[in-house]
Amino acid sequence: MATTEEMEKLQRARPGRGRLLIVVAVLVIAVALIAVAVYAGWLFPSGSPKAKTALNGAGATFPCPLITAWSSEFVNVTRAPTTPGPQVTVNYNCVGSGAGITQITSKTVDFAGTDAPLKSSERSAAPGLLHIPETIGAVTASYSVVELSTGIKLRGYTLAEIFRGTITQWNSPNISADNTGIPLPARAIQVVHRSDSSGTTFVFTSFLHLANPWWNVSLVGKAINWPVGIGAQGNAGVAGKIQTTPDAIGYVELAYTVQNNMKVAQIKNHDGQWTTPTLATTAAAAAALTSPPSPGGDWADVSILDQPGATSYPIATLTYLLVYKELNVLTTMDQTKAQALVDFLWWAVHGGQDLSEALTYPKLAAGLVTLDEGAIRSITFNGQTLHS
Amino acid sequence: MHVFQTLRGRTRARLRATPRDLVFEGLSAFTALSVVGLLVLITVILYLAAAESIRTYGFGFLSGSVWDSVSQRFGAAPFIYGMLVTSALALLLGVPVSLGIAIFLSELSPPWLRIPLTFIVELLAAVPSVVYGLWGIFVLGPAMRVYIEPGVQAVLGFLPPFQGHPIGSDVFTAGVILAIMIIPTISAVSREALLAVPDSQREAALSLGATRWETTRLGVLRYARAGIFGAAILGLGRAVGETMAVTMTIGNRAAFFGSLFEPGQTIASQIASRWLDAVPPLELGALIQLGLVLMLVSLFINLFARLMVGRFLRVGEGAE
Repeated sequence: MATTEEMEKLQRARPGRGRLLIVVAVLVIAVALIAVAVYAGWLFPSGSPKAKTALNGAGATFPCPLITAWSSEFVNVTRAPTTPGPQVTVNYNCVGSGAGITQITSKTVDFAGTDAPLKSSERSAAPGLLHIPETIGAVTASYSVVELSTGIKLRGYTLAEIFRGTITQWNSPNISADNTGIPLPARAIQVVHRSDSSGTTFVFTSFLHLANPWWNVSLVGKAINWPVGIGAQGNAGVAGKIQTTPDAIGYVELAYTVQNNMKVAQIKNHDGQWTTPTLATTAAAAAALTSPPSPGGDWADVSILDQPGATSYPIATLTYLLVYKELNVLTTMDQTKAQALVDFLWWAVHGGQDLSEALTYPKLAAGLVTLDEGAIRSITFNGQTLHS
Repeated sequence: MHVFQTLRGRTRARLRATPRDLVFEGLSAFTALSVVGLLVLITVILYLAAAESIRTYGFGFLSGSVWDSVSQRFGAAPFIYGMLVTSALALLLGVPVSLGIAIFLSELSPPWLRIPLTFIVELLAAVPSVVYGLWGIFVLGPAMRVYIEPGVQAVLGFLPPFQGHPIGSDVFTAGVILAIMIIPTISAVSREALLAVPDSQREAALSLGATRWETTRLGVLRYARAGIFGAAILGLGRAVGETMAVTMTIGNRAAFFGSLFEPGQTIASQIASRWLDAVPPLELGALIQLGLVLMLVSLFINLFARLMVGRFLRVGEGAE
């Protein structure tokens, strides 16, 4: 019976404390809610209220910084009362080209980004997708040899032999033949490559395939069975690994080498000129692309590797946005969203290009902008064009 | 008296089970059983997702030594090998250190040092593995390359596992990172095991004229060996499944290695570095099949640990 008395005592004692706790909790939650509401502008909306809509994209990691910058700038553009239409938020999930293609094929996103154009099997799985080149990438051969300054000369053939593992010393005859008068150290080369699947690897191995007959197609892909080397994850991982490992060489996107102030090799281009990877030489490679297919056509064989032109950097690639030509195939699409998507694409290849160079992406060449304009004009929703 | 009261209370509660009690009992039984259901569900789903790969490769998957996405040939052997070597290395380096920590904390430490030291060791367990990985890339890796690996090589360089050119992102570095990561687990659990040894054991040894070391060895360590073994197995479980820190330090090379100073790959790190862009059905299936292999390995480790701990316990009781 003593326990019952204790229980009663407890029941008498607890509610007071419990009630206080509940009051405090409610107060805290209320304050938090109000703070969030004020911050988000639900309670005191600034300016005239505007409808909102969101576009969802997913795909390649390479243009991720650029598309993220576009998305935050495009919100500002569409938020302005002078801009017709709703305020548009663009969400881009940087999950990789392969995942992007999977998601646009299963129609779970409004657009996708990819570094490698669709293969014919992928095209037949998702008919009606347009390729819209939105920016250009370059892959550098970056190295960390203390004695060497930036700009040693490596031709594609030599580069392939290094990544094959047959050239193992920095002072090997193949390297020194192109670098007379430069003190190459007699130390082992540490090869660094990507461990994850990546469009960067696809571009780089495609170039090695062009430059060296030994490098056959079984070694061309987004993730290959590397003959030698250390694997690191992502461009940032490879860049970090090169910087922390002496005598290393690896392939990294141009933007990362610029941001990290890394040493990059000059590569011999199609015209026999040694070219340094820069925004200008990358743009030159894209400008040399003649007679591209129509946006709805087959892009599988399009490449801007080893383009002619004295200043064309040879390891360059287009990167694409994939959008359905007829947007009503997406179940979540409506007139407002379709209009917002087309407006975003139009803005991205025009106004959005002004953000490129600050983020180390070259601007689209005029020819590609014209091509993209044609593609965007051809997009329809329920048969109606959205941009005249 | 107290036990009796609780028992009586329980019986009464069952006799007068209100709807509330029934709901409570149902809910708690549901949460307990849902764990079992979840495990079954995970296994089934993994199996279904890996079906294509299992059909294509069967048991040959375990012995296949190539992982080539271009020609779509996938085998798990280099990763199983990498996992076994790194985990063994981690235990080899981690267990003696952990035991030292546990013995100091339970037997030797002055009381004022015990609590802060325990707290700090346990704090190590709370560090996220990605932080260990970052530290591995930028601090440990370079230090391994410049000082530790050449030092080890100078002493043991005549043995094949210690030959080659130290690069800092290799199997040895991954093993050291894993050892550091499992030290808190092993030392905390073995400290508990040592503290659970009754003082009569120590007193008996001391009264026989044993030194401190002899007391610890004969009276304490032997008594607590089941617990210490269990602690090591818990550590092994963590080492086998560790993903982020390993993939950031091991050099990610999908091939066999002859030397600890070469890059390698474990099952978990291979999944982590490849899942994002793996092409369904075959490559993704092969990755998921790797996951199944990892699950099975963990299962066997746990079963083995249960059996061994049980055996030790019986032996311990007999000795008593």
